[in-house]
Amino acid sequence: MTKTLRALMGATALVALSGVAMAETTITVATVNNGDMVRMQGLMDDFNAKHPDIKVEWVTLEENVLRQNVTTDIATGGGQYDVITIGTYEVPIWGKQGWLESLNDLPADYDVDDLLPAIRGGLTVDGNLYASPFYGESSMVMYRTDLMEAAGMAMPEAPTWADIEKAAAAMTNKDAGIYGVCLRGKAGWGENMAFLTAMSNSFGARWFDENWVPQFDSPEWKATLDFYLGLMNNYGPPGASNNGFNENLTLFNQGKCGMWIDATVAASFVTGKDSTVADKVGFALAPDNGLGKRGNWLWAWSLAVPASSDAKDAAKTFINWATNKDYLALVASKEGWANVPPGTRTSLYSNEEYAKVPFAKMTIDSINSADPTAPSVQPVPYVGVQFVAIPEFAGVATTVGEIFSAALAGSKSADQALSEAQAFVADEMKAAGYN
Amino acid sequence: MARALSPRRKLITTLAAWSVALIIFFPVLWMILTSFKTEASAVAMPPQFLSASWTLENYADVWARSDYPRFFLNSVVIAVGSTLLGLVIAIPSAWAMAFVPGRKTKDLLMWMLSTKMMPAVAVMIPLYLIFQRLGLIDTKLGLVLVLMLMNLPIIIWMLYTYFKEIPGEILEAARMDGAGLWNEIVYVLTPMALPGIASTMLLNIILAWNEAFWTIVLTTTKAAPLSAFIASFSAPQGLFYAKLSAASAMAILPILILGWFSQKQLVRGLTFGAVK
Repeated sequence: MTKTLRALMGATALVALSGVAMAETTITVATVNNGDMVRMQGLMDDFNAKHPDIKVEWVTLEENVLRQNVTTDIATGGGQYDVITIGTYEVPIWGKQGWLESLNDLPADYDVDDLLPAIRGGLTVDGNLYASPFYGESSMVMYRTDLMEAAGMAMPEAPTWADIEKAAAAMTNKDAGIYGVCLRGKAGWGENMAFLTAMSNSFGARWFDENWVPQFDSPEWKATLDFYLGLMNNYGPPGASNNGFNENLTLFNQGKCGMWIDATVAASFVTGKDSTVADKVGFALAPDNGLGKRGNWLWAWSLAVPASSDAKDAAKTFINWATNKDYLALVASKEGWANVPPGTRTSLYSNEEYAKVPFAKMTIDSINSADPTAPSVQPVPYVGVQFVAIPEFAGVATTVGEIFSAALAGSKSADQALSEAQAFVADEMKAAGYN
Repeated sequence: MARALSPRRKLITTLAAWSVALIIFFPVLWMILTSFKTEASAVAMPPQFLSASWTLENYADVWARSDYPRFFLNSVVIAVGSTLLGLVIAIPSAWAMAFVPGRKTKDLLMWMLSTKMMPAVAVMIPLYLIFQRLGLIDTKLGLVLVLMLMNLPIIIWMLYTYFKEIPGEILEAARMDGAGLWNEIVYVLTPMALPGIASTMLLNIILAWNEAFWTIVLTTTKAAPLSAFIASFSAPQGLFYAKLSAASAMAILPILILGWFSQKQLVRGLTFGAVK
């Protein structure tokens, strides 16, 4: 009887222990809907096989909705998400607030030193890595090689804004519905202001001087806006003040743009199956004005663990899988090298197979030429190339974006727009206690 | 007495009605057509119709990428649950306001309606914090409560309007026959106002089904309804219009079918008391 009882107790203990060993941790991953993220969801079998004890649930939302939901959750310590997809703008701000878990303790095979220095720098605060880059991007010129050839021109590998204007004039054929250049005009801190802020860097402009005084009344900003409006009014498509990334992508893919200056991730779209000009696209660095800074930005969609998560270890395991070198190899083996998430690791760009991808070199050159710590020719008190890494920026830049978008629509002059922007930003910065 | 229309006039009226209906329905029709196009065809300019490339791939992709049945079930529970709970609260409230009004009843009704004018985002953080403390984030119960509260003014207003059309003498007669308050509401008032209650219910199911602010803010995975399902296919970088249209079509189809089969009831209820 005693033996039977012991045997039963032993069996019960074993079952209980095995239950503990097999206990499943569920993590909620909040992400955006883009090609690379969708691809990752399709490759989850690999993760599930390697980590059967971790169950991943996805929340996929539009970028702005995701930002709102994640900010609300993190600011209130909700703990709804275990892994969040955030941009380069949020990481330093949220890292400083203590809202993110440090990723310094990721395993050795993560190989943190392999991360591209420019991207890693944007995700590090006081020596702590707060997010792991999933894909990185800069901006560059995408142009129609056939139209350039027909115009008897050749695009320099590192063009100036004057080169862009000349090429735009040569390629524009409004009767045929072809516009020399397509640029962002839709209002938003991540839309027209991302482009215009990066462009202004190459004209020697800056958002603030060292004392946080706004600089929209400077000759550099006037030169930037005058050039942008002139270029778009003369050679841009109609209704450009409503055009963001997707609208310009549509126009370019339908052969209606001679050039498009935008995110490097667009390269795979304009050369993909939905493009009617896939085999007629060339790439060049974002333009400069001979001042030593190019008009390209730097951005990365990265994975981070909110401090409020109650499954931090499992979340870090997932991040290590999704942003490790092995993941890049996995994507390459299943979907081909052209579909590997770009712009995060040095090793990818030394890979001979990846070097054959047509936009690989231009992407890495563009990323390497952006410096978030010294974005403009003049000294600045902030970090960020196409944004200013302060919490107030998103709101302020959205309003400035609306003012500049109105100028593009023709409802106000460049001088009026700059003067309004100067007054508005000065008021906001004063109210926020910067000066 | 209704005046007979001449055949010419009837034809013009019919054509005008069809034109208005087509204009109203066109965005939905275009969305459904887009859902069967390839991504390239979906964004082509000028818009393609006969020359478009047609495919069922978008539906297959959307089905493969998402757990549609879960989102659908959540939508059903949230929409029906919030409407039924709203009716349970609204029927006695509307009865009191219609048959035993006080001096401030009109003010109370106006105040209730005025809460609908407040932008939802204004109370987002307080409500989020309350839900968080109560453990209601990402629960169907939480969404049933919030959508019920959101639509309660409309339910009460609609029922109040219908109840006002019912002669108070009938209720008095019931009382004289010995009916208590419960029996009066359940066995006399409710059957008489059934068309109104049914149309109120249908309208509120539609409103709750289509709600896309709280249902996205207050959910993550477990309680997310079809509004969150649609939002997951919206993309700022990359062209997914055809897939987004397929997801939207899958989300609105159940409510379209419900609306189609109940249109007679809906119109009857909405025009209840319009002509005396």
